[in-house]
Amino acid sequence: MANLVEIRDLRIGATTDAGRRVEIIKGVSFDIAPGEIVALIGESGSGKTTIALSLMGYAREGCRIEGGSVVVAGKDMVRLTERQRAAVRGTEVAYVPQSAAAAFNPAMRIIDQVVEVSRIHGLMPDDKARLRAVELFRALSLPNPDTIGERYPHQVSGGQLQRLSAAMALIGNPSLVIFDEPTTALDVTTQIEVLRAFKAVMRESRIAGVYVSHDLAVVAQIADRIVVLKGGEVQEVGSTAHILQAPSHPYTQALLAAFRPGGPPAGAAPAPLAQPVLELRDVVAGYGGLQSDGRPLVTIVKGVSLTLQPGRNLGVIGESGCGKSTLARAIAGILPAASGEILLQGKPLPSAAKDRTREQLRQVQIVFQSADTALNPAKCIADILGRPLAFYHGLKGAAAEARVDRLLDMVHLPRGLKHRRPPELSGGQKQRINLARALAADPQIILCDEITSALDTVVAAAIIDLLKELQRELGLCYVFISHDLPTVEAVCDQIAVMYAGEKIEQMSRDEVGARNHKAYTKLLFASVPKLDPHWLDSIENDPEVVAALSRR
Amino acid sequence: MTMVGAIPLPFHFRINLVGLLASCTILLWTLVALFAPLLAPHGIGEIVDSDYFGPMSAQFPLGTDYLGRDMLSRILLGTRYTVGISLAAVGLACFTGVTLGMAAAVAGGWTDTVLSRFLDALNSIPSKLFGLVVVAGVGSSIPVLIMTLAVIYTPGSYRFARALAVNVNTMDFITVARARGEGVPYIIGSEILPNILGPVFADVGLRFVFIVLLLSGLSFLGLGVQPPNADWGALVRENISGLPFGAPAVMFPSVAIASLTISVNLLIDNLPRKIRDRSA
Repeated sequence: MANLVEIRDLRIGATTDAGRRVEIIKGVSFDIAPGEIVALIGESGSGKTTIALSLMGYAREGCRIEGGSVVVAGKDMVRLTERQRAAVRGTEVAYVPQSAAAAFNPAMRIIDQVVEVSRIHGLMPDDKARLRAVELFRALSLPNPDTIGERYPHQVSGGQLQRLSAAMALIGNPSLVIFDEPTTALDVTTQIEVLRAFKAVMRESRIAGVYVSHDLAVVAQIADRIVVLKGGEVQEVGSTAHILQAPSHPYTQALLAAFRPGGPPAGAAPAPLAQPVLELRDVVAGYGGLQSDGRPLVTIVKGVSLTLQPGRNLGVIGESGCGKSTLARAIAGILPAASGEILLQGKPLPSAAKDRTREQLRQVQIVFQSADTALNPAKCIADILGRPLAFYHGLKGAAAEARVDRLLDMVHLPRGLKHRRPPELSGGQKQRINLARALAADPQIILCDEITSALDTVVAAAIIDLLKELQRELGLCYVFISHDLPTVEAVCDQIAVMYAGEKIEQMSRDEVGARNHKAYTKLLFASVPKLDPHWLDSIENDPEVVAALSRR
Repeated sequence: MTMVGAIPLPFHFRINLVGLLASCTILLWTLVALFAPLLAPHGIGEIVDSDYFGPMSAQFPLGTDYLGRDMLSRILLGTRYTVGISLAAVGLACFTGVTLGMAAAVAGGWTDTVLSRFLDALNSIPSKLFGLVVVAGVGSSIPVLIMTLAVIYTPGSYRFARALAVNVNTMDFITVARARGEGVPYIIGSEILPNILGPVFADVGLRFVFIVLLLSGLSFLGLGVQPPNADWGALVRENISGLPFGAPAVMFPSVAIASLTISVNLLIDNLPRKIRDRSA
């Protein structure tokens, strides 16, 4: 049978503002058979999205398709005119973007945006398109399929929106759908819902797909074949089972190795009588004015108590919206706790950051998830790292410069980076700078708020290794907040599970999976994708998990 | 964006042709403002021609005005009023407006409300009328003109800067700075300002043009710079009766105003850019 897609020697390039020519895709070739799902996998900057977009004959601003051919259903997308390409997009090739929230127009009802595709191409009358949309909503197992389209994008959850954007892609009956990291921004339990829905729909209607991702475990569930990319070149192509079991290329092996982070640093035996570094007693935090009962209008964290022993790490795990980030903000004093006590080395800490002394502020540093917004894009790295040195330690001039160099060494970045600005660095480099800024204060406790969630697997594994190494050298404590169980397990000695603002369970690392967990904890643990291609199907057979999922 | 005719400058900067031409024009007018007395062939009030509204000639390259004074000299000597007063006023207006705007965004709460309502109230007074009343009441002098123009244009600048700063204020790096214990002056100056500098410059350019035009308008009404000195607006007014004859005396001050204001805007739109890719 003829291939649906044939990419031959594709070359895409760009010209930088200094007039230098850069090759982004360096001669890539692969095929997709009808009904086959091919995954493009690789780290950020490997060109996977660029290739996926070229299937629609599109090159991003500043890029140009310079050679080769992209034949989709007998048409070479590179040679078509823009008008001919527009006719193909949405009817033969459709696209599901990474961030559905950014892809929907917030001022239009969802159904109107979904049927827009059929209206633009004149595929079917509007009322017929609406019926088809509702059918798709049902196939994607969305709740209330008949009425959900009448809502606005902000009235549905992130996972639902991602499935709705798939419905938008499928309404034109395409023969090829491009998924551009559709679950990367979702937490594990939501990711499962979305993956299950995608897989069911794609299998049923025999649509070919390109699935772009950096997460090998997710890809293993949905793809028939995997194309591993690095630096704009194909490293390895093979069936999913082959890639997972017998990877031949070193980069693929590194990807697989990154998926199994090692255990936490072997610390000394805990001294049970040591005074806790940080202690939380019944902390309540939220937004809005205080009500008559002393609680905030919207209570996010509902009476959480935790202790952190010296030299130990505490993991806080839970889905988005469970209050784990709010807890970190309450500890840092950014969002003052409404009631409860926070004790730093046995001494009570004022709840608001502005009431704390500079010394108290120095001891507790917070590192945010998104290094893109946590680093000032207009300042160079030396200034960003130099400020806490000047602010807390009064270091200036040559002394500060030497310390900045040492900090860069500590996080394994070249010293030459200090004259650059954050937008010029890669995601992993930015996260290292983000961490170095916290280290500059010379703190006791670092609050890590989802610091690896936005990074791809290999880079995240390197950051985790760095955290462990720094702990060995500097004797830090981490409060590690994440929705990703394997990373938390890799770093932390104690793991607390949060759900709806409450700590529902706390266990030591050895107890994970070894005792009878609460139902939610079980769901959370079961939701972590495994490298086994049959994992998603096995979930379907676990009645307890399916029941928990269908309640959501 | 593709840069047409990019011209490299020292220190890893480059500028395009339009920006270069605009900055040359501005540089030229600045030099004229500084060295006008050396350049002008005749004195400001000196009547040198027996005829009025004289044509362009070798002796009077831009003709003569309604009293037979040399137009070239009057335009050259008027430059310092137009450029100087406008520059001082725009500097004052934007400095106050941008500083207050950022402070309001960062401080929030009552400070923000009080400042915003006060400046909104100021904004509701029609600018030309306000200028007329102040100048009529206090009398026209250069400091009064500068202050009046600055007060008129501060609220707009404040609104603009506040709107930009509110967006930057929600970013995580501001939260990090607050968690570190930084005060308002540091957050304003080091964290917010570098991120809004581009739009603020564009706003300064636009406001400069408005001020030149308002100053010219006030002078046209006789409330600006007083005779025998004259800024460009005043030159247009004095010689407006030459318009039916197509006298150069009314054309050239208008051309001067147009060339300055258009150049400032073109420069702001085509500011030199730093080359980010330095691996070549």
